[in-house]
Amino acid sequence: MSRVLKKTELVPGIWQIEVETPRIAEKALPGHFVVVMADAFSERVPLTIADFDREAGTITLVLMVVGASSLKLSRLREGDDFYAVIGPLGHPSAIRPVERVVMVAGGVGTAPIFPIARAYHEQGVEVVAIQGARSADLLFWTDRLASVSAEHVVATDDGSAGRKGLVTEPLAEVLAADSPKRIGCVYAIGPTPMMKFCAKTTEPFETPTIVSLNSIMVDGTGMCGGCRVTVGEQTLFTCVDGPEFDGHQVDWDSLMSRQKTYHVQEGIAFERMLEAHSNS
Amino acid sequence: MSGVKTKRSQKAGRVAMPEQAPEARIENFDEVPLGYTDEQARTEAMRCLQCKTPACCEGCPVQVDIPAFIRLIAEGKTLEAAAKIKESNCLPAACGRVCPQENQCEGLCVLGKKGEPVAIGNLERYAAQYASDYAARHGVDGPVKRPASTGKRVAVVGAGPAGLTVAGDLILQGHQVTVFEAFHKAGGVLSYGIPEFRLPKRIVQEEVEQLARLGVRFELNHVIGKATSVHELLGKEGFDAVFLGVGAGLPSVMGIPGENLGGVYLANEYLTRVNLMRAYDFPRYDTPIVRGRNVCVIGGGNVAMDAARTARRLGSERVSIIYRRSMEELPARAEEIHHAREEGIAFKTLCSPLEYLGDEHGMVKQARCQVMELGEPDDSGRRRPVPVDGKEVAIETDLVIIAIGGNANPIVTKQTEGLALNQHDYIAVNENGATSCPGIWAGGDIVTGSATVILAMGAGRTAAQDIHQYLCDGNPSTARCADTA
Repeated sequence: MSRVLKKTELVPGIWQIEVETPRIAEKALPGHFVVVMADAFSERVPLTIADFDREAGTITLVLMVVGASSLKLSRLREGDDFYAVIGPLGHPSAIRPVERVVMVAGGVGTAPIFPIARAYHEQGVEVVAIQGARSADLLFWTDRLASVSAEHVVATDDGSAGRKGLVTEPLAEVLAADSPKRIGCVYAIGPTPMMKFCAKTTEPFETPTIVSLNSIMVDGTGMCGGCRVTVGEQTLFTCVDGPEFDGHQVDWDSLMSRQKTYHVQEGIAFERMLEAHSNS
Repeated sequence: MSGVKTKRSQKAGRVAMPEQAPEARIENFDEVPLGYTDEQARTEAMRCLQCKTPACCEGCPVQVDIPAFIRLIAEGKTLEAAAKIKESNCLPAACGRVCPQENQCEGLCVLGKKGEPVAIGNLERYAAQYASDYAARHGVDGPVKRPASTGKRVAVVGAGPAGLTVAGDLILQGHQVTVFEAFHKAGGVLSYGIPEFRLPKRIVQEEVEQLARLGVRFELNHVIGKATSVHELLGKEGFDAVFLGVGAGLPSVMGIPGENLGGVYLANEYLTRVNLMRAYDFPRYDTPIVRGRNVCVIGGGNVAMDAARTARRLGSERVSIIYRRSMEELPARAEEIHHAREEGIAFKTLCSPLEYLGDEHGMVKQARCQVMELGEPDDSGRRRPVPVDGKEVAIETDLVIIAIGGNANPIVTKQTEGLALNQHDYIAVNENGATSCPGIWAGGDIVTGSATVILAMGAGRTAAQDIHQYLCDGNPSTARCADTA
């Protein structure tokens, strides 16, 4: 049984859900994900574990409503049980022995990056956090991220909070100013184009760049092969080989076209669900 | 039964099972064969010669007493027939439908030498259906021997054919059995892989529920190797033995350009979306699927046939099986090939993909294929396909489904300390299914690589016997075993 203990709308359309699931909480580590189903008709949706509390037996999930499945998940009420929560899946983040690390979070990517940033911070690594969003009203967990960072930069597309522009600009500046070189690696987690351009930005600096991919998945346990991604010359599986990969090796264009596979159906399902909701 | 009657029945030839007509069935996901009537079943059962040394039994990986159950059907004792099958096979409704009988029991039937073999699979299916209808009507299962409890606890990892067999065998020996399943439904490949029109999911759930009624506990959504390690099952979780039947995983790709384009599926994903997630009923179910017009299925096994026939039912105009050898070497079950042809599936044999080309949106639009010819026999004894120099064909396609087998799933194998693997990363076992770790057995696809339901069940049966032995001899002071009770 996996129960919704607490649900909060962090910013419009982004929900934080505390899930009671002791077995998963006991083994969860930064970078792990779970596969969830709201009800028996649902898709199996992979979500990165944003936080966990072993003593309370809970994990924290943060999800953005982008379509039918996320809308349905966001509508679970406190006290409801998920139909299924499976995990913890994937490899946890390898916390590397570096002096300084840059954490770039885009949009809802703030949630999965937070426990990784905290793990580095707790190891005494100097964390530089760069947090981006479309506008100020979509920023969340800024305090949490700032609390584990030596430096915390905010960037919004419209300049309504922090500096105006994309996260790649402060990223390039931080890397350029890092002399002598102390930054051992960069993490970028967020929408796929944002991760792609972060990887492009770090390439000339030859700084190892780790991305956490949000491929389309079904089982999440190395059976179906839907989450495959081209990394270097190889076909790898996000669920059992990832979800973290070397951002400089990922074939981004192939990943993005695969993510658009169900574009039309997703639209149909979303409208149908919105209609069902307005009629009920 | 009288000898005269038997003789006449044999001459009459095999009783065909009624089927949905091809033009009707490609519009639905309902089962294709419709099952025998009581009359048809008895007539077919009477064809059996009741051989003194029955060859058919030698072909059965789980050693069903075939002549005995067929005789019971001929005598009109169908419930007893079902019980007879269940002594050695806990999944008769599934096996009657999906076993490759032509290479097993029916392939060895003496009637097959001059005419047609007894339709053993059809009869097994009939008996199972009869018993399950009876249980539904009367609210009770057929006769079952209830053993005394041994107090021993067995963890079965994976609720597929191997795991369910182990669970069924050991619960009948009086052991406590818990089955751990990563998916939200039990059944393994019977649930996610084999389509509704070949094996209705309600039948799988019924066989699972029968096991549950016998006392087998099912823990769904529980990934062993992640949430709980295999060694923890034997340690803090307090199990006395573990059976690993996690199935194969990680489908293979050919490593040719374009395999990761949009609209290119690996068969496991395509079938899982349709079977387990019910994508054929989108948007009532939330999981979507690409419905192509021109579909290419790569491979010639049962999975390829399942994928092709599924695509046909999802409204594809043209579905082609692309296979690198000839029709002769197709590894699929004869009935699947026959049904596929009836449904208008094209077979492009001696053809092997070289590359997939995509459109400007990254969706597949063409398969460039190499024309092959048959050369000398290879290690498998089949003639090896070799490329015909310079001969290529281009096939327009908007949906490619790759069904060329798979590799070992790493979750349990790579995270269980001390578990010896073979050179292909499958679990190494001895002839009894025992692994290198004390208290841990394994069987099915995670040992052999992708094979059949019944072979996995055979491996489960062998392991269950050894586990039972271990639980009895290993700790003789704590419990008496059911068979000595």
